[in-house]
Amino acid sequence: MTPRIFSPLVLFLVVAFLIGPFFIIVAASLSAGETLAFPPQGFSLKWVAKVFTVESFRESFAVSMFLAIGGTAMALVLGIPASYALSRYKLPFGETIRTIVSLPIIVPGIIVGLALLRYIVVPFGFNITLALLLAHTALVLPYAVRVVSASLNNLRSDIEEAAVLLGSSRAGAFFRVVMPNIRSGILAAFILGFVTSFNQVPVSLFLSGPGVRTLPIDMLSYMEITYDPSVAALSALLAFMSIGIVFLAERFLGFSRYV
Amino acid sequence: MSDASFLSLEKLTLAYGDTVAVKDLDLSIRKGELVAFLGPSGCGKTTTMRSIAGLLTPASGRISLDGVDITRVSANKRSVGLVFQSYALFPHLSVFENVAFGLRLKKMPANDIETRVTAGLKSVGLSKFAARKPAELSGGQQQRVALARSMVMEPKVLLLDEPLSNLDARLRLEMRTELQRVQKETGVTMIFVTHDQGEALSLADRIVVMLNGAIEQIGTPEDIYNRPVSRFVADFVGFENIFAVEGGKLKAANGPISLSESLPPDTAGLAWRPRMVTLGSGPFQGTVRGASFSGSTREYLLDTPLGAIKAEEDAGLAAHQPGTELTFDLPVAKAARLERFG
Ligand SMILES: Nc1ncnc2c1ncn2[C@@H]1O[C@H](COP(=O)(O)OP(=O)(O)OP(=O)(O)O)[C@@H](O)[C@H]1O
Ligand SMILES: [Mg+2]
Repeated sequence: MTPRIFSPLVLFLVVAFLIGPFFIIVAASLSAGETLAFPPQGFSLKWVAKVFTVESFRESFAVSMFLAIGGTAMALVLGIPASYALSRYKLPFGETIRTIVSLPIIVPGIIVGLALLRYIVVPFGFNITLALLLAHTALVLPYAVRVVSASLNNLRSDIEEAAVLLGSSRAGAFFRVVMPNIRSGILAAFILGFVTSFNQVPVSLFLSGPGVRTLPIDMLSYMEITYDPSVAALSALLAFMSIGIVFLAERFLGFSRYV
Repeated sequence: MSDASFLSLEKLTLAYGDTVAVKDLDLSIRKGELVAFLGPSGCGKTTTMRSIAGLLTPASGRISLDGVDITRVSANKRSVGLVFQSYALFPHLSVFENVAFGLRLKKMPANDIETRVTAGLKSVGLSKFAARKPAELSGGQQQRVALARSMVMEPKVLLLDEPLSNLDARLRLEMRTELQRVQKETGVTMIFVTHDQGEALSLADRIVVMLNGAIEQIGTPEDIYNRPVSRFVADFVGFENIFAVEGGKLKAANGPISLSESLPPDTAGLAWRPRMVTLGSGPFQGTVRGASFSGSTREYLLDTPLGAIKAEEDAGLAAHQPGTELTFDLPVAKAARLERFG
């Protein structure tokens, strides 16, 4: 048995470790000084304001948004039918397929990025944006399959048969009674995929090329040249965006059920 | 099509992969009939229903409905309704929309849908619940929604898979009457599955007793209850003293026993309910092993040269104590005559 006093202490340390960096970043971004530092020197909102004036941030934000929304949407278009097939039919090698689909979670992003670059992008002369989009689709796919499968498994399959006996076709039954009932699972998968894609570094690192960069990569290269608190300000803004999204998702969907 | 074979199954064989679940089943059902499928778990009741509904393609054989061969007709074009044991209501739709689902697919005018659904909900006593979601209903109410959802489609045949099994005793009785009333009112041909012989006997016009993927006996409730044709059916409906017959003699534990009356040559066995056994007189001797009191009757277990015998007497008569020697008779006139003893 752990002595009682330890539990609050451990809890405090865990929370401090998890949330501490976030407070440091927020504090640093409100600094009035010229360099990224903690504790901050003075208080000002000028670095927060500067974030919105940096041209490359605006461009890479747009790229990241495009990848997060487009990649996740594509992952869902592929992932929903895949999850459906995996959960409703006894497929030969079903388990194997499930494992392969989950690989991007297990294999380090560095390896995925390198492999994509070396064996697909370079030899076939892929457009960088397209390569990034495909990579993000592949990265998000496992989450999409996992989350959508979870809500499909909670849905009895006999409602589809009931719909068919009431005159619906098989495909009609899928759209009329399956989709509406896994809607919140799909939305949850979308949010999880969006956040995953948006924060993705290693794969994007390999595939980002001249003119096309995701926001995290752009932040890295910005920091190499300019060591001012605007990166902290941007990080804080992004963190608030993620928190906002997850909060809304939890509030309206009970997001934590699916993850 | 003759009236006697509104729905007919001919040499129907149903399989899951290599496992044959139902073999060479023949069955004809009249229009407007209320038929019960009765049998132990795994005998193929659900499988047969699913094939009638079109959810399972037969390995061989033919299904025809209203004079049309529907063996290869897809499930959504058969006009066969199925009420699932699990109800299978659509969780995202209100009670009203659940019932309206099939009518909307038929592209029926909105006014007609409104009228039909309202009438359907009224007939199952759920008018007040039209706006609720299925999750906000009790099991019995969900069941009635499922029933209404199938009924408003006016199917040619309505199949119900263990429609009452998830209900408590009181609601069960209520729903029994309900089902019977709906069936008589609409005249829909109805087949329902049950494990419960009481349910089958009280509800059905005809009972189909199934065992191991084949039909053991088809008959009216009286036939099944009083004149079982096989050992299995006799046992199922409560004949507890069952003996094989060979060469006109009863095959008992310690050798054949001649009978006072001669039997038709095709008799394979005789069976008696406990209350058909006469105690206190007759050619046989037994010792009382155990006795149990059940309110209106007393049941005795006798050790006899024939084997164990169960007998029942009015509780008003004096009790026989364990250890007592008793004479008894198995009157052949009262016995059920079995044609099969497999
Ligand atoms: N999907 C399936 N795959 C393989 N075998 C099956 C499947 N469904 C049923 N069976 C087998 O077919 C046989 C008949 O099953 P069925 O479900 O028709 O029985 P039932 O009479 O409805 O039983 P219960 O009273 O338990 O519902 C059983 O032996 C069962 O194991
Ligand atoms: Mg069954």
